[in-house]
Amino acid sequence: MIDYLAVLSIFIGVCFFFAGSVGLLRLPDLFSRLHALAKADNVGLAFVAIGVAMLESDLINSLKMLLIWLLVMAASSVSSHLIARHALRGRKPNE
Amino acid sequence: MNDWLLLSFDILILFILLGLAWLTCNTKEIKRGVTLFVAFGLLLAVIWARLKAPDLALAEAIIGAGISGALLLKAMRDYTEQTSLSSETSRFYVWGINAASLALFVLLAWGLWHALERSDGVRLAENVLITTPESGVSHPVTAVLLNFRAYDTLLELAVVFTAVLVVLAMGTKQRDFGKGEPILIAMVRWLAPILIVTSGYLLWVGAHAPGGAFQAGAMLAAAFILMSMTGVRVDSMLNDSSMRWLLVIGIGVFTITGIVMLLINGHFLAYSKELAKMLILLIEAAATLSIAAALTLAYLGGMPKPQQKTQSAVKIDKTEEGTS
Repeated sequence: MIDYLAVLSIFIGVCFFFAGSVGLLRLPDLFSRLHALAKADNVGLAFVAIGVAMLESDLINSLKMLLIWLLVMAASSVSSHLIARHALRGRKPNE
Repeated sequence: MNDWLLLSFDILILFILLGLAWLTCNTKEIKRGVTLFVAFGLLLAVIWARLKAPDLALAEAIIGAGISGALLLKAMRDYTEQTSLSSETSRFYVWGINAASLALFVLLAWGLWHALERSDGVRLAENVLITTPESGVSHPVTAVLLNFRAYDTLLELAVVFTAVLVVLAMGTKQRDFGKGEPILIAMVRWLAPILIVTSGYLLWVGAHAPGGAFQAGAMLAAAFILMSMTGVRVDSMLNDSSMRWLLVIGIGVFTITGIVMLLINGHFLAYSKELAKMLILLIEAAATLSIAAALTLAYLGGMPKPQQKTQSAVKIDKTEEGTS
């Protein structure tokens, strides 16, 4: 039972990643691309991490998945914010 | 079924890796090339993990993708006027480099084939696994790096040290980062302590699991680099002479240990068996500090100017007050 739930969760996560990638490729400008990418990736990674954590029997390893998700979420939301802010100011990102 | 899926996954990432390598070399815009190079490094880390070499995967992810990417981006920032490739790079050079790469590939492939097919069947790996318990640590990779071939590791540290000497000789530090975005400062405030603790963990765990001085040192450097991006002058926390001490402490401790062991045991770097674990940990701790200092200095592009020290110390205090 829990295996099916895990697979379902990973599948949902992959769908989010897919949507995020399509958004990155298809949306017209930087801001909407960032929007699609950051949100889809955070939620997608959350579902994948939950799925993998369910498959893992060791509690410590499951908690590590949670930690990975939190770190990636912090990094990706902050970097999206920084990219968007630099673009908004009309500066080059490497300045 | 499972094997078949894994095989197709491996083939897929292999082709993506080759594609990324091709794009990295052939892109006209340097910024795009650097981004592709970082992606290449991350994918290479995944491949090392698939080859069941977690030590290499860790090192590639931290050093290959993380620190090298940061170094390249910093170089681009400091030399903005030179960031477009000249389009008239001579065809002669391009084909020369291609031919040299191809020759290297053929040589390596021949070497691998020779090693696998033509050898007597005695593998070093088996000998390593048999003698690992005598090395003082239980992780075979650390046993090889810090005991069986400690001399090579000492020379590798010397290479890193020499590279940083060249960086220092090239001139003074490039311009500072301004005070960072508030949200970046807030994140680094959380992240830097985690990175430092993780670095210590990697150093300690290297005795019995994947980890070790190079990965730990690079992670410590990552913490310093992040802090410098938020406008905290990392170098001002340490003055010039303590930075120099940090740079040499790894190679110094390593060499002194080697000479002491030469006097006691008659061979350079031949550890006494009962002391081996402690000595390896001592050397690794010193090497971690040196590698972190070296990579941070390479990123900053040189020693700080001494007269700015007091000024920037005040700047840190202001940053502390401003956000707390």
